Amino acid sequence: MDTPEQLRDRLLARFPGATVRLVPNGSPSAQVSFWIDAGHALEIARMLRDDPELALDQCSNVTGIDWRDREVTDIIKETQPGPPGAPSIPVERKVKRIEPGYLEVVYHLYSVARRQGPVILRLRTGNRSDAVTLPSLTPIWRSCEFQEREVFDLFGVIFSGHPDLRRILMWDEYVDHPMRKDYVEPDDYEWEPTPHGEVLAKAKRHYPAYRGSGTPGMTNDE
Amino acid sequence: MNETKPALTTQERDELRRQGVLLTSLEELYNWGRSHSVWPLNFGLACCAIEMIAASMAKYDIARFGSEVFRPSPRQADLLIVSGTVTKKMAPHVIRLWNQMPEPKYCIAMGACAISGGPFKQGYNVLKGIDRFIPVDIYIPGCPPRPEALLHGLVQLQEKIRGQALTGSEAPRHLGSDDACDCPVPELGAHDIQPTHAPALWTAPTLARPDKG
Repeated sequence: MDTPEQLRDRLLARFPGATVRLVPNGSPSAQVSFWIDAGHALEIARMLRDDPELALDQCSNVTGIDWRDREVTDIIKETQPGPPGAPSIPVERKVKRIEPGYLEVVYHLYSVARRQGPVILRLRTGNRSDAVTLPSLTPIWRSCEFQEREVFDLFGVIFSGHPDLRRILMWDEYVDHPMRKDYVEPDDYEWEPTPHGEVLAKAKRHYPAYRGSGTPGMTNDE
Repeated sequence: MNETKPALTTQERDELRRQGVLLTSLEELYNWGRSHSVWPLNFGLACCAIEMIAASMAKYDIARFGSEVFRPSPRQADLLIVSGTVTKKMAPHVIRLWNQMPEPKYCIAMGACAISGGPFKQGYNVLKGIDRFIPVDIYIPGCPPRPEALLHGLVQLQEKIRGQALTGSEAPRHLGSDDACDCPVPELGAHDIQPTHAPALWTAPTLARPDKG
């Protein structure tokens, strides 16, 4: 099979307008994935399946990732004019900016026919609120159907072209997307013997009289 | 009936039985019959159901205790074994099954999930104990409980049935008033089930430590 770089170049040569970028993976598995733009996702997927050398005929897994807005610090190197006659002084300036968040859908593709894989595709939405539509790959791989429904249910990604886009785990009347990182779960469980972290904060809300009472785990330290 | 002191002690009655004189009461006879034909509902929810199935098979043989008749219809069942995780999506259906069972009926919460939500207690989609909606008679701890534990729970339930007085405030529900004792079926709401529990049956436990006043 092609190396990731070769495959990227082949895809770019075949689809000149497409964006195909390698997303490196620093872990020992070093599974490089391909970030492809939503506009060309369907044709790229069809090519990956139908290409005789790749023959990626099985989509084994579809999952989602919620990337929140994050603060990024850029270091800008500048030079300041020094005293007369001396060389100028290099100065580093730190600029903080907010990198907008997005939702990501990851597809793991294998070839049963050629016994190779995985090829990992990533699709990213425009943001986390109103531009969350991505093309469905169910027309290419039938096994995506339920898993895309799951991503729709838990992350709120809308798959255009999906034959039956309904919630699959939660009920139809439900409005939240529980796997989003800013999801707040119902406050319906209570004290446990050794609360800590978020459970401790919740326990204190339920039992205000026991703040600082010396009960194990119920101190005011946090 | 129950408040008066029995004329014969249990030892005296057993002695009479050995001599061939059988003395009993209507209550004892009635409860003896009821306790040995508890028909469970053929209903499983998660891995606890596998243990329940094992308990009904030849090796553990729940038939020894008169409960081998797993009924596929709630109309013919006496016992609801809540065997596994009750998700919030499933909770209305479990409660509806309970409401469809005729009195006298009993409920066993089998395993950590049915008792309290178990390992999913801090999750968003699991009911934290079926006793928030259904009056539970026997709790069987375990994750999942072994078939022997289920059999033990069943024997405990039989003892409970045999000890039920037929009159007075302790009488079984089916001998009391004709008031419907349906449990409220929650609605599947936008964020959670509504209501989250039946206030008549369950209130949040309070953390009380006597040594702290």
